[in-house]
Amino acid sequence: MSALREDFKEILRLVRPNTRVLDIGCGEGDLLELLTQEKGVDGQGLEISPSGVAACLAKGIAAVQGDGDRDLDHFPTQAFDYAILSKTLQQMREPRHVLIELMRIADRALVSVPNFGHWRMRWALLTKGRMPETKALPDPWWSTPNIHLCTLRDFTTLCAELGLRIEACAAVSPDQPARSIDPARPIENWRAETALFLLTRERPRPPAPERATTGDLFD
Amino acid sequence: MSQTVLASPAIETNGGTLRLPVDAPLRLDSGATLAPLEIAYKTYGRLNADRSNAVLVCHALTGDQHAASVHPITGKPGWWNRVIGPGLPLDPDRYFIICTNVIGGCMGSTGPSSIDPVTGKPFGLTFPVITIADMVRAQAMLLDALGIETLFAAVGGSMGGMQVLQWAADYPHRLHSAVCIAAAARHSAQNIAFHEVGRQAIMADPDWRGGAYEAHGVRPEKGLAVARMAAHITYLSEAALQRKFGRELQRDGLSWGFDAPDFQVESYLRHQGASFVDRFDANSYLYITRALDYFDLAASHDGVLANAFRRARDVRFCVLSFSSDWLYSTGESRDIVRALNAAGCRASFVEIETDKGHDAIFLEEPVLHSALRGFFESQASRRGLA
Repeated sequence: MSALREDFKEILRLVRPNTRVLDIGCGEGDLLELLTQEKGVDGQGLEISPSGVAACLAKGIAAVQGDGDRDLDHFPTQAFDYAILSKTLQQMREPRHVLIELMRIADRALVSVPNFGHWRMRWALLTKGRMPETKALPDPWWSTPNIHLCTLRDFTTLCAELGLRIEACAAVSPDQPARSIDPARPIENWRAETALFLLTRERPRPPAPERATTGDLFD
Repeated sequence: MSQTVLASPAIETNGGTLRLPVDAPLRLDSGATLAPLEIAYKTYGRLNADRSNAVLVCHALTGDQHAASVHPITGKPGWWNRVIGPGLPLDPDRYFIICTNVIGGCMGSTGPSSIDPVTGKPFGLTFPVITIADMVRAQAMLLDALGIETLFAAVGGSMGGMQVLQWAADYPHRLHSAVCIAAAARHSAQNIAFHEVGRQAIMADPDWRGGAYEAHGVRPEKGLAVARMAAHITYLSEAALQRKFGRELQRDGLSWGFDAPDFQVESYLRHQGASFVDRFDANSYLYITRALDYFDLAASHDGVLANAFRRARDVRFCVLSFSSDWLYSTGESRDIVRALNAAGCRASFVEIETDKGHDAIFLEEPVLHSALRGFFESQASRRGLA
């Protein structure tokens, strides 16, 4: 799980202080606890497992037991500054719908996805002819919760289709610090193990008030 | 108006009865007014200097103000002594905990067994029908009298949870946080049906006397006991009943008759019914079950539950349900949470895994207690409580 730590560090860097954050699939609330302590965010978690939510509550993190596939519809529009979906998009029944909902609920989304186009995946598939089992995706095909895996290119294509703007993208791996990348470069589709995206809507879409420029997001 | 009784050596308790004069009537949803009004209550702990640590604990249908102190009739410990007490989620060292007997009740607050000042006799069925909102309005009047403008939290399970929801709808500005356990935003047909069985049992008892039993020096104990027995089944899960009693017999072999209970579960229910009548009034049972049946928070907000919470965006909510509770199931709590989310309120929600049914509110449930502790801790730091 040390991969999550690098993931978290990058999210922590990207989230502006004192904002409203919804973490979908928040587990035991570790990320929200970190964001609350370090950035003073007003956090809310959504988690499917009762034990996860109970752990959140015991830590003082607001969390709702619910299903990202079903329960996002009940959140009002633009209720949050950030919606975070950390490595769970590929576990959703309707990832496309979830992405649309994220961008309705929040102004920005932080989404991390394991890259099925990573060279280790391609190599394992090429040499063994079997579904790859790697550190990032350790489960055999018959028990993996990951039902909608995609490559970096798949994901950027979907973003373009949905009119989502990639404000920032970083490659994250278990033991190395996050590396800012241009997801459009073909090489990254080979070497990024997991990619973390900061997404906003394309400018003309929301009739919402002007947002701050992206500059202060990366200080 | 108050006397100090030590519940346990460590808790400072207080309380008494607030008497509101005739010129300060309680206006009821039915259009009637109630005056003079008495509200019986208990407090645990001390109100702090800036009056920011008050917690209102709301009781369930057959509960009362003795949440954490010995019951004066039964001699049993308070009904929530696993939650309120030193080192527990609601620690009287930190919070000023208030619990009132609801109006319509029979433990000191004005109810059908109170004396009607006009006739000099007990109200009986001339007592006006009350609602959950009326109960809450009376609680707000008590807080006014105690000089408490804002509650740190309103907390309750079952009917207590409904009062909490009503607080959020009617007095959101007087509420910092709200905890609703094993409740619903409205009574379902099944809920109403079970209550109707209980009411009919009471009214079928010849000693009920059209509600005027006190004047005749009798009490409809059999009817009230049956009402309690039927209701008690709804508080337990099938699994809990099976685990506790199964088909175990009271004695060796069957009796081949109807006088003595054959099965342990029969004996248990009879005991529940018999001990209940010692501490509860039959007419109160009619009135409070009526109040519950009338409860439909969405109906009074254009049919949209979220509308009830639109003014409560600054209130932090915690909604809890129990997996084996079939009286107010998890689905009901989920509806509340979705409405809160839709209204833009911050809410926590967890379904607690247990086979103890609705009664789990009052039982040893570590996840319930750690969730409550975590929620109150985080709200206390948000509120700046020491």
